[in-house]
Amino acid sequence: MTKSSSSSKKGPSGLLILLAPSVLSLLVWMIVPLAMTLWFSFRRYNLLYPQRNGFAGFDNYRFLIQDPALLTSLINTVVLVGSTLAITVILGILFALLFDQPFWGQSIARLLVIAPFFVMPTVSALVWKNLLMHPANGLFAYFSKLMGLSAIDWFGSFPMLSIIIIVAWQWTPFATLILLTAIQSLGQEQKEAALMDGAGPFMMFFAIILPHLQRAISVVVMIEAIFLLNQFAEIFVTTNGGPGLATTNLAWLIYLKGIFGSNVGSASAAGVIAIVLANVVAIFLIRTVARNLEN
Amino acid sequence: MYASSRRTLIISIIGWAVALLMFFPIFWMILTSFKTELAAVSNPPSLFFQATLENFRVVQARADYLSFATNSVVISIGATIFGLIIAVPAAYVFAFYPDKRTSGAMLWMLSTKMLPPVGVLVPIYLLFIRFKLLDTYTGLIIINILMNLPIIIWMLYTFFKEIPKDILEAARIDGAGRLGELVNILLPLAVPGIASTALLSIILIWNEAFWSLNLTTFKAAPLTSFIASFSAPEGLFWAKLSAASSMAIAPILVLGWLSQKQLVRGLTFGAVK
Repeated sequence: MTKSSSSSKKGPSGLLILLAPSVLSLLVWMIVPLAMTLWFSFRRYNLLYPQRNGFAGFDNYRFLIQDPALLTSLINTVVLVGSTLAITVILGILFALLFDQPFWGQSIARLLVIAPFFVMPTVSALVWKNLLMHPANGLFAYFSKLMGLSAIDWFGSFPMLSIIIIVAWQWTPFATLILLTAIQSLGQEQKEAALMDGAGPFMMFFAIILPHLQRAISVVVMIEAIFLLNQFAEIFVTTNGGPGLATTNLAWLIYLKGIFGSNVGSASAAGVIAIVLANVVAIFLIRTVARNLEN
Repeated sequence: MYASSRRTLIISIIGWAVALLMFFPIFWMILTSFKTELAAVSNPPSLFFQATLENFRVVQARADYLSFATNSVVISIGATIFGLIIAVPAAYVFAFYPDKRTSGAMLWMLSTKMLPPVGVLVPIYLLFIRFKLLDTYTGLIIINILMNLPIIIWMLYTFFKEIPKDILEAARIDGAGRLGELVNILLPLAVPGIASTALLSIILIWNEAFWSLNLTTFKAAPLTSFIASFSAPEGLFWAKLSAASSMAIAPILVLGWLSQKQLVRGLTFGAVK
């Protein structure tokens, strides 16, 4: 007994050793790349011209802000993230309500609905681009012809919409899965009591279900926002940010400047903007999770 | 009674319509993988065709397919194992020896997940060049561990919390050291939770595309990069793309279906159970 209590006295140091690997690796992961991004964003640094270096002051930021591509990419990022969020949350709520009802073969149908979430992004983007949306050989073109319409060149005429459709298809299952779990945690008694009080389905939805889903919805929005801010692979295999800058989001702009264009300074300045944007979302997410931790 | 069975019928029809619509692109891809290249691009699309396994044979015969698949397996399982080794002790401390700083520490770990990869792409790329990590297993495994560590710790934490503390305390009185307690008492009890966590981690890493596309070219490139190589405009190898894609997503689809419940917990950091 004394032995075990003395070992728990020594506790903190023992516990620290168990914590150290996680804490240290995440600490390095958080500080080093961040500090480097900040540092480079104030440096003249181009991989192609190593002789031109030195302190650049706010030049990288000034050039970036004067570059019309930045505003375009910010607008594209907001459009891509915002519309995907709207579509996935609305469809997610509808699908969750649907799959909360018992029906024949429900568990198999549910597997089919959530399947797109497990498809790797490069596969889903190429399947949509080629097999479905291709203007000559795609299935959609066939349906257009069937209805006597001319085929739509999806990625030529509506590049952003095409990407939004693909991304929304991937993320709707995620929203559905989370919101369905949340709906099912709503007590059956609560629903029955509302029915007894004569609540109709709409009343039931707006007075009981939606308020109950509030936190789950906010979690879905924030987690999706963090992932969607980095939307890259779908653009990489479909449009390459084009035509023009039509589908260039912040992630693609940074890739274009830094990895493709070798301009480390400018790409880092854009990276700082991405980090600031992500942090705005992150603060809300962490607050929500923290509230949950206290309960 | 009659009304309710009619209601069930209507909901069944809507439910299945939604399910089939959502699944259709995957179904169509699998169907295309059994077509000849000619039938794959034919318009009107061929619904009834002579099924062929040729595409699977051709894709697998390409020496590189197997190497990409191996890379995906090595990276996703490697990063998951190392991630768990680092994360289990931390989650154990958080769950069984909480103090004032625990929730702060956990939220801080979560906050590292909020760092957008695009924001740090350039420095990571430069570090990878500097330390010769580009296109290596080591590099990609390290990145994937760091990306997933917060999720793994949080998910393990929610599972560990459900294990009654009395059991561990009994072991403590028996004089088991802390490591003994962790290995001999906790691990056997936590196997299901650790398994679900491992599953989620494998799924996330298998489908990871951002770092794979930017940090690998061939030697350590996983299937996400291999599929991306089909985006080259020259040649329409749709049937082969479909065959390669079907093989690439099949194992993860099965794992994902098996772990849907735990997935919610892991991806929402326990905020939705």
